[in-house]
Amino acid sequence: MITKRIIPCLDVKDGRVVKGVNFKGLGDVASPVELAKFYSSAGADELVFYDITASAEGRALFTDILVETAKSVFIPLTVGGGINSVRDFDRVLKCGADKVSVNSGAIRDPSIVSEAAKLYGDQCVVLSADIARVDGAFRVFAKGGRENTGMEAIEWIKRCVENGAGEIVVNSIDTDGVKRGFDFEMLKAVSDAVSVPVIASGGAGCIEDFITLFKTLPKVDAGLAASIFHFGEVSIKDLKEKMAEAGIPVRL
Amino acid sequence: MTVIIDYGVGNLFSLKSSFASIGEEAAVSRDEKTILSADRVILPGVGAFSDAAAKLRETRLDRTVKQLAEDGVPLMGICLGMQLLFDKSYEYGEHEGLGLIKGSVRPIADVIPKGLKIPHIGWNALDIKKECPIFKKIKNGDFVYFVHSYYAADCGDSVVATSEYGAPLTAAVSSGNVFGCQFHPEKSGDVGLAILKAFCEVTR
Repeated sequence: MITKRIIPCLDVKDGRVVKGVNFKGLGDVASPVELAKFYSSAGADELVFYDITASAEGRALFTDILVETAKSVFIPLTVGGGINSVRDFDRVLKCGADKVSVNSGAIRDPSIVSEAAKLYGDQCVVLSADIARVDGAFRVFAKGGRENTGMEAIEWIKRCVENGAGEIVVNSIDTDGVKRGFDFEMLKAVSDAVSVPVIASGGAGCIEDFITLFKTLPKVDAGLAASIFHFGEVSIKDLKEKMAEAGIPVRL
Repeated sequence: MTVIIDYGVGNLFSLKSSFASIGEEAAVSRDEKTILSADRVILPGVGAFSDAAAKLRETRLDRTVKQLAEDGVPLMGICLGMQLLFDKSYEYGEHEGLGLIKGSVRPIADVIPKGLKIPHIGWNALDIKKECPIFKKIKNGDFVYFVHSYYAADCGDSVVATSEYGAPLTAAVSSGNVFGCQFHPEKSGDVGLAILKAFCEVTR
């Protein structure tokens, strides 16, 4: 049986890994290449590299780092950040990415999803959605969670899946950085609505949060987190051993 | 030297890097002479079967691959590259394959229970069915990384390993010096690298 995946996310700016709490207050952590190698040997099932650089220099640096990482890490690698066109897909795939995650780029131009799916296959296109509750409804946010698009989140995700998104990262802005567990209500709404893999993001604070996630919502395929792994609050090895003890299928 | 066949299908960066990391020289080529003089050859592939089969024929590399098999050159198909080794595929119609291994490629949806997601994507355990030189370092239950919506059916005693996803899906096959992996060894961590390393030790 397919195992539940544990995915560390590396936010990269100017060639370094950073992580914000509620998307603000970035602090330097480590070299992305070294961190990627470390996670791969610790048992991470996949890695996400998120480019949060705005400048062209930063983008070139990111590309170099991606090539370096892909040369030394042999688990699936997803790249996101600054993906605004099919050209951007091509750029990161040529540098060794296996999947490409698109967020604001798809909001600006939803045809990116279908075009990329046609060219590279559905399995290559990951839709990342930043979602928050606004007056009791799930809304999609753009620009790193700063701008409310007003779009209803579940409808948006369903539309992207129909267009060829092969996987969905659900990032709850409401629980991100709070470390009190994943957003079950939001994750349930998404996993009930689509049949492609759903990756939970935002809110993990301890091992128990992951176990509760997979026990409560067996349709969720993977858990993604950043700072709790980077700062050693949760070790991937311990986490996966505890998941196995709890009867959750996991790669050890 | 290992040659990775470049017939315009898929991303060969990871595959090339994975050989480099195990200290094996690997070249990416579409030149017939280079491919025929290789010590061993990888047939990669992602995407749709009919497109890939058409590209192999257009580049006349289908004949080259058949020649390799006839000469006993160790040949490994990966993912769609494995599926191309079979007689035919029923992915959107009926398409002829290379016919190097007996069997056909069929939709996973035909054999797995409803409710399981397709594609079969992620890490799954190997259930080893027979001894195989490329699996000499691999233990029953080792995990490898899959991404596919079609599987090889009716492959008889060429099955090396299966993976359970509501039904046993063919994970690896071999027939003489022709090998195939449905999963991606270049994305399967140390287990995958051990398979590639073992493949590099297979001789004519």
